[in-house]
Amino acid sequence: MKMTFGRPKGLTDILQRYCPGCGHGIVHRIIGELFIEMNIREKAVGIAPVGCSVFADEYFNCDMIQVPHGRATAVATGIKRARPDLFVFSYQGDGDLAAIGTAETIHSAARNENFTVIFINNAIYGMTGGQLAPTTLPGMRSTTSVKGRDIVKQGYPLKICELLNALDGPYYLERCAIDTPKNIIKTKKAIKTAFQYQLENRGFSLIEILSMCPTGWGVTPVPAKKWIGEVMSKYYLLGEFRNRMKETK
Amino acid sequence: MVEKVLMYGNHALVEGVIYAGCRLFAGYPITPQNEIPEYMSIRMNEIGGVFLQTESELAAINMLFGAASVGTRAMTSSSSPGISLMQEGLSYIAGADVPVLVTNIVRGGPGLGNIAPAQSDYYQATKGGGHGDYFTITLAPESAQELFEFPRLAFELAEKYRNPAVILADGLLGQMMEPVAFNYEPIDPKTLPEQDWWLTGCKGRERRVIRSYDLRPGKLEDWNWRRYEKYQKILKEEQRFEAIDCNDADIIIVAYGTSARVSRAAVRIAREKGIKAGLLRPITVWPFPNNILFELSKRVEHFLVVEMSCGQMIDDVRLAIECRSKVYLLGRPGGGIPTAQEIFEKIRVTLGGGK
Repeated sequence: MKMTFGRPKGLTDILQRYCPGCGHGIVHRIIGELFIEMNIREKAVGIAPVGCSVFADEYFNCDMIQVPHGRATAVATGIKRARPDLFVFSYQGDGDLAAIGTAETIHSAARNENFTVIFINNAIYGMTGGQLAPTTLPGMRSTTSVKGRDIVKQGYPLKICELLNALDGPYYLERCAIDTPKNIIKTKKAIKTAFQYQLENRGFSLIEILSMCPTGWGVTPVPAKKWIGEVMSKYYLLGEFRNRMKETK
Repeated sequence: MVEKVLMYGNHALVEGVIYAGCRLFAGYPITPQNEIPEYMSIRMNEIGGVFLQTESELAAINMLFGAASVGTRAMTSSSSPGISLMQEGLSYIAGADVPVLVTNIVRGGPGLGNIAPAQSDYYQATKGGGHGDYFTITLAPESAQELFEFPRLAFELAEKYRNPAVILADGLLGQMMEPVAFNYEPIDPKTLPEQDWWLTGCKGRERRVIRSYDLRPGKLEDWNWRRYEKYQKILKEEQRFEAIDCNDADIIIVAYGTSARVSRAAVRIAREKGIKAGLLRPITVWPFPNNILFELSKRVEHFLVVEMSCGQMIDDVRLAIECRSKVYLLGRPGGGIPTAQEIFEKIRVTLGGGK
C-alpha cells in the first residue's frame, strides 16, 4: 500500500501529549515539514521553553535544548553567536515570551540576533491550569480572573508584534493564526520566510501565531477555532508588521 | 624563566580566560568588577571571540548555557547581587550537566550592600546557590597569578565533571597590581575534542537533547543520585589547598582569598614572636579540603577561621575536623578587611598570651 500522508521526518515518532484541539500540533507539523523542505533539520538547534511546549524537546527531530522560563532568546543568542553556522529557533508561549521573558525578547530583537522566534499566543497559561496570561484579552475569563480580565486591576494585554515594531532592530515580524486551513497555509509561508531570512543571515524574525487552547478556554475545539476568527484576531490584528527585505527593495 | 608582567588582578583574570580558550563572554556591568568586561570587550574583539553586554544577569547566564551547549568555553563575571540573579540559570545548567565558568567578585551584602571586598557569598558559592541538589566547583584565588591560572583549571574541572565552576574572588584581588607569569601556551579552542553531548546539528547521528527535567516517576531521583556520585568523586579527588607552616603549628588559621593573604602576614608576625602559627588556605572551597583539616586536627588544638563575613566557612571547618579541636572566628562582614596585626592579636589572646 502506498503511503500518501504521514508524519514529516522533521518530527519524532513520539506521541504528542497536547490536549485535543490544541494548536501546538499544527505549528509543530509546519516546522517539521519545513525542516525537510528547506533541508535544515541536520543543522538545527531548537529551544524548548517552560510551558505546555516544554515537551517540544521530545517532538522536534533535531538537536534540542530545554531552558529556563523566559530565557529562550538569551540561550538562542549564546548558541547563535558561538556557532553562527547552526540554524537556531526558539519555540515559546505567551507566558514565557511576553511575561517572564519580555526583557530577553525585546533585547534580542533590538540586537537583531540572527535566529527565529516562534511565538504561540493562546491568551492563557495552559500548563499551569488556565491562569491569566500577559495576552489574555480584556474581559476574558481565566482561573485568576474568574469574572473576566479587569483592565483596571489587571491592566491591558501585551501586543508583542506592535511592541517590537517600535524597535529599529528586528528584521521580520508577522502575526498569523491557525484557525482555518487558509490561515495555516499563511502561517507556514511566514515561518518559511523567517527561516529563509535566518539562512541568509538577515537577523531577528518573530512569527506570532494565534493558537487554540480549548482546555484553558473551557470550550470544545470547534468553538475555540471560531473564537480566534471572531474575537481574538480582532484584538490581535493579523498581518506583516515588519519586513526589512521589502523596505530595502 | 617566563617573563612576568605587572598587571591588575582583573586584567590577569581576563588574560587567563582568553588563554584558557574561552571564546564567549556575556555580562552585565556591576561594581567592583567592571574592569573585567571592559578589558574583555577589547580582548575578545582582538581575537575574534564574542563579547556580549547583556540586558541583565539572567540573560548573561543563559547565553552561557547556550554557548556551552554547542561546545564553546563561555564565562561571565559579576558581583554579589548579579550572582544572585544568576542562580536560576546556574541551577538549570547544573541540572543539565553543562560546564560554564562564573566569576563572582564578591562585595558587601546583603541587598545592595556596598562595593567593598567581602567573602559573604561563601554559602551561596559552596552550597549550590540555587534550587535543587547540586554544587558548583568553586575556586578561591588569592593573587593575580592565580586569577590568571584558575580560569583554565576551572574550565578543565567543569568539563571533566560536566558541572558549572565558579571563581570566588573580591574587589581587592581584582584591583591589586602584581607580577603575572603567562606560564602556559594559550589554548586554541579548535583543538579541544568534540564531546558526545554537544549540540552541533544531528547530521549523521541521532539527535541530542540537553535538558534539566524528567517527569517520569523515579527517573529524576535516579538522575540526582548519579549526579551525587559525581559530587562524591569530586570531593574525593579534587580537594586543593596550600599549607603554610602547618607541620609544627600550635594554632592554624583557615582562610581563603584576601583573608589568606592577610593571614600570611599574621603567621609571619606570630612566628617572629615565637608563636607557632600556621595557615591552611583552601584553594577549592567546594570541594572543601576536609581531608587535610581532619588530619591536622589529630594534632592541632586550635583553629582560627578568618573570613570577611559573620562566619560562614567556619561551619565547614567544624564539620571537617568533626569538632575535635577548638574553632574560633575572626569575622569582618560588610566590606571590612582584617589586618595582620588584628589577626595576630586574636592568635595571641586565643593561646592565652593576653588580657
